Amino acid sequence: MLELIRQPWPWYVAGALIGLTVPALLLLGNKHFGISSSLRHICAACLPANIPFFKYNWRREMWNLFFVGGVLLGGLVATQLLSNPDPIQVSAQTVKDLEALNVVVDNELMPASIFSFENLFSLKGLVFFVLGGFLVGFGTRYAGGCTSGHSIMGLSTLQWPSLVATCCFMVGGFAMVHLIFPWLMKLF
Amino acid sequence: MQNTTEEFVTNPLVLEHPIECEAPNDQLTREQPIVSNIKYVVVGILFGIVFVKAEIISWYRIQEMFRLHSFHMYGVIGTAVVVGMISVWLIKKFKIRTMQGEEVVFHKKDFHWGNIIGASMFGLGWAITGACPGPLFAQIGSGFLVVLVTLVSAIAGTWVYGLLRDKLPH
Repeated sequence: MLELIRQPWPWYVAGALIGLTVPALLLLGNKHFGISSSLRHICAACLPANIPFFKYNWRREMWNLFFVGGVLLGGLVATQLLSNPDPIQVSAQTVKDLEALNVVVDNELMPASIFSFENLFSLKGLVFFVLGGFLVGFGTRYAGGCTSGHSIMGLSTLQWPSLVATCCFMVGGFAMVHLIFPWLMKLF
Repeated sequence: MQNTTEEFVTNPLVLEHPIECEAPNDQLTREQPIVSNIKYVVVGILFGIVFVKAEIISWYRIQEMFRLHSFHMYGVIGTAVVVGMISVWLIKKFKIRTMQGEEVVFHKKDFHWGNIIGASMFGLGWAITGACPGPLFAQIGSGFLVVLVTLVSAIAGTWVYGLLRDKLPH
């Protein structure tokens, strides 16, 4: 059994479990699935700075912070106790494309050639951590949700603005990978 | 705890409940804040384990998705949406109540330009970082501590949005 859990989980198992988060949160206490709102609550709790957008009773939304704390712990548990001993399988075509962009494909979940502290104070770090993170935080809040709030919760409740947002998430991602990456990666 | 809640209620400048919040708490029953929230930690842990075990937190999987070299991420999101849809339909159809016996509340989302502009910006960031906000937390838990910088930057991004909000098209 543990052998089986240690293997990478197939998409239909993962998808079903993620989908079940929606009714789990609703029935545990009328909570709506969404993760990016935790970033807003952190702003409201730590640095509201008199900005109206952050003036609300964040304590009422504290469950969301407990939830993301759990996600972090889940990452720890899965990596420490249930991790897959074999190297990650990346599609051969992606490996080829990434090598052309000078990204070394290693055996970890994240390429060490990008996601390491050595790159923190370099242009690469600025782009991958600071700019990337900023776009995620600014973009999700401006969009009113992320993959969980819009793509999963929004589409589950048949909201067309969430479908628009989901399509735009994909458009942004495709544009970055196909149009911007070839140019961007030459800078490093 | 009780006092602080009252302070929020009596101060008209402070919202008791954010209207625009895609993950609102609609529970009416008051519960002990720490104990009642432990159940969300448990759901979060299970969710985080799925993220790691299905390699959703992997930068490579996101690259494969945007390069159309793998079905994995499409399968995950697609299955999640279908399971979510069926669950919501069942809750509505059988009027299933929450653990506290309350009616489940759903919110209509209104379209605004952020659904296009903001969403595209997030898409750009998603491809760079290989993470949406959920996987960010799971990546940190998995030991990629440099992602803490990404998370701080994401919080900064949210803060700057709050600051500029009235100047942006909606």
